[in-house]
Amino acid sequence: MFNFKHEWIETNVGLLLVLTMLAISIGGLVEIAPLFFIKNTVEKVDGVRPYTPLELRGRDIYQREGCYLCHSQMIRPFRDEALRYGHYSLAAESQYDHPFQWGSKRTGPDLARVGGKYSNEWQVAHLTAPRSMVPQSVMPDYPWLVKNELNFADIEDRMKALRDVGVPYSLTKSEYDDNVKKFGAQTAEMLSIPDARKNLIAQAQSGNYDGNSGSISEMDALVAYLQMLGTLVDFRKYDDDAFVKYR
Amino acid sequence: MASTAILSNEQYNFEIVKKFAIMSLVWGVIGMSAGVYIASELAWPFLSFDIPYITFGRLRPVHTTSVIFGFGGSALFATSYYVVQRTCQARLSSDGIASFTFWGWQAIILLSGISYMLGHTQSREYAEMEWPIDIMIEIVWIAYMSLFITTIMRRKQPHIYVANWFFLAFILATALLHTFNNLAVPVSLFSMKSYSLFAGTQDAMTQWWYGHNSVGFFLTAAFLGMMYYFVPKQAGRPIYSYRLSIVHFWALSFLYMWVGAHHLHWTALPDWTSTLAATFSIMLLLPSWGGMINGIMTLSGAWDKLRTDPVMRFLIVALSFYGMSTFEGPLMALKDVNALSHYTDWTVGHVHSGALGWVAMVTFGSMYHMIPKLWDTKMWSQKLVGIHFWFATIGVLLYITAMWISGITQGLMWRAFDQYGNLQYSFVESVAAMHPFYAMRAIGGMFFLSGMLMMFFNVVMTVRQAKRESAALEAKLSAKMSKAGLAGA
Repeated sequence: MFNFKHEWIETNVGLLLVLTMLAISIGGLVEIAPLFFIKNTVEKVDGVRPYTPLELRGRDIYQREGCYLCHSQMIRPFRDEALRYGHYSLAAESQYDHPFQWGSKRTGPDLARVGGKYSNEWQVAHLTAPRSMVPQSVMPDYPWLVKNELNFADIEDRMKALRDVGVPYSLTKSEYDDNVKKFGAQTAEMLSIPDARKNLIAQAQSGNYDGNSGSISEMDALVAYLQMLGTLVDFRKYDDDAFVKYR
Repeated sequence: MASTAILSNEQYNFEIVKKFAIMSLVWGVIGMSAGVYIASELAWPFLSFDIPYITFGRLRPVHTTSVIFGFGGSALFATSYYVVQRTCQARLSSDGIASFTFWGWQAIILLSGISYMLGHTQSREYAEMEWPIDIMIEIVWIAYMSLFITTIMRRKQPHIYVANWFFLAFILATALLHTFNNLAVPVSLFSMKSYSLFAGTQDAMTQWWYGHNSVGFFLTAAFLGMMYYFVPKQAGRPIYSYRLSIVHFWALSFLYMWVGAHHLHWTALPDWTSTLAATFSIMLLLPSWGGMINGIMTLSGAWDKLRTDPVMRFLIVALSFYGMSTFEGPLMALKDVNALSHYTDWTVGHVHSGALGWVAMVTFGSMYHMIPKLWDTKMWSQKLVGIHFWFATIGVLLYITAMWISGITQGLMWRAFDQYGNLQYSFVESVAAMHPFYAMRAIGGMFFLSGMLMMFFNVVMTVRQAKRESAALEAKLSAKMSKAGLAGA
């Protein structure tokens, strides 16, 4: 009968390579691939939209400064987290996040729903010098954010790259029309790549996040991003157990 | 002695091993210094001095990249090139490719560090390098893979030694993980910035499939390859069980790839995925302990060496920490434990009991074995090796104890309710409570770093001593030759 000897593998580097490759490939295939095909992975929910150009630049700065290393953006379904941070995070809420920013560590608090919790003035003062607002904080000061003018020369390229990976920023009239149907006219306007620069400037000036209307700073962008985090889904519209079936 | 060194230099390419060994120590000093600095920033936040380049957020990837890929990576290149040549009794198939992997790898680590400080990051933990550096890694890695495989093909005996299986699995897995976790679209050809191909849930799963398996294959399988060569060598005994090493290898390779999602318990990742990951994490305990037992039992009958040989001590304590971390890991992968431990310092402590206790200790032991052989001499100070051992051990213990206390305290404070059902503590109260433990952790790190510096100094002195010895030997030889009347002939 067939008499297997491990020696066959040990004496044949080709066989060893193939079998090892097989052994290490299965786990990832089984766990990752289905996530793209099982429809329930991302919930059906109203309100979630891609970032506006200004918010997108804010998110880039959030990444640049490594905020994700101390702040998570993923609220878990526990009573204490519901009280401290709000409704648990949905997969749908990060469906346009390239890359995700769920984080792995809370040296500081979770930021998934920090939007609207504090005023713009508080955010600016806190980011510039955290211990002026929260004496026990161990967060670094970020005084350069108000000083640095926001660079948005390549905002169209950034949105185009995101469009390439599937974010519905519109380049053509038909894409724009699709966005109107999907998100409404006001949001569709903000997602139009040809209007990106105009939209960015308009949002920064009307929002005046850093309290200085003269120029657009990195602080404007970062605060615009922080203030929208977790605010897109109106959870009053859903039953308490509406999302349980997706878990 | 000098003549045997010259001979083996022709038989084997040891120059490349020497280079990687030295750079491993250099990156160890740099990476651990960065670690001590960022640990201190958390204890004493004024230390960021309002300088953008050295805030915690920008310096942390400098720390992780230079210890994992600089120190650990260079040590793996060094030892894998050493082991594959000696166990196959064959010289590396190409000196040129070997040299290319050296300069390529050093450039990658250096450029990564600089780019993080300037704010270029993919914000994927342990894969922060932006796309141009990712492409460099891909190229160097393929060169490494081809060099390693073709060298095995030149082996003098039919069997491929077990250490090389582990190195092969590590090389293959790293190629697979690196490629799929770094799929991204650059903003433009002249921009460092890119956006990842996947989003949200799928992106998180891909990243932690990568993240945990860079622990599993880069920091475990590869260092087990090191273990399977250097423990038997230093003990002067064959590996305890050949059968166990077969089971260890296949079970570890297969099971590890399933467990990454335990980093995403209770998140928006579907429950089926994280449950699978938790299940496989528990199963992973068996091969992990099988490997630990195989390593430690190799010493049976020679336990007295632990009393006299500090190198053996490094190796055995490393295996003990490996056993402890691989017990703690499955425990933390249980959903109920994870509910408490996730997002806290407990995770940081766990990583470091593996990274300092296992990875760094087994590296130190292997290097102390290999370096005198490479330079054909003895360590400059054996006593200093012993002192290094104690500094390292005390450092790890301080570090993980501090992180256990602070992690569990954080977890408990966040979920504490008062008698009226309100949250008992504000978040910042938990931050303030961490201060003493952050200070203690930084001190633990300083101990470990001091040990690293001792090693660096000891190795520099060893290399200098080797040069002196070979010069003296040569002088003696030529004197003898001239006496015999050969000089003028």
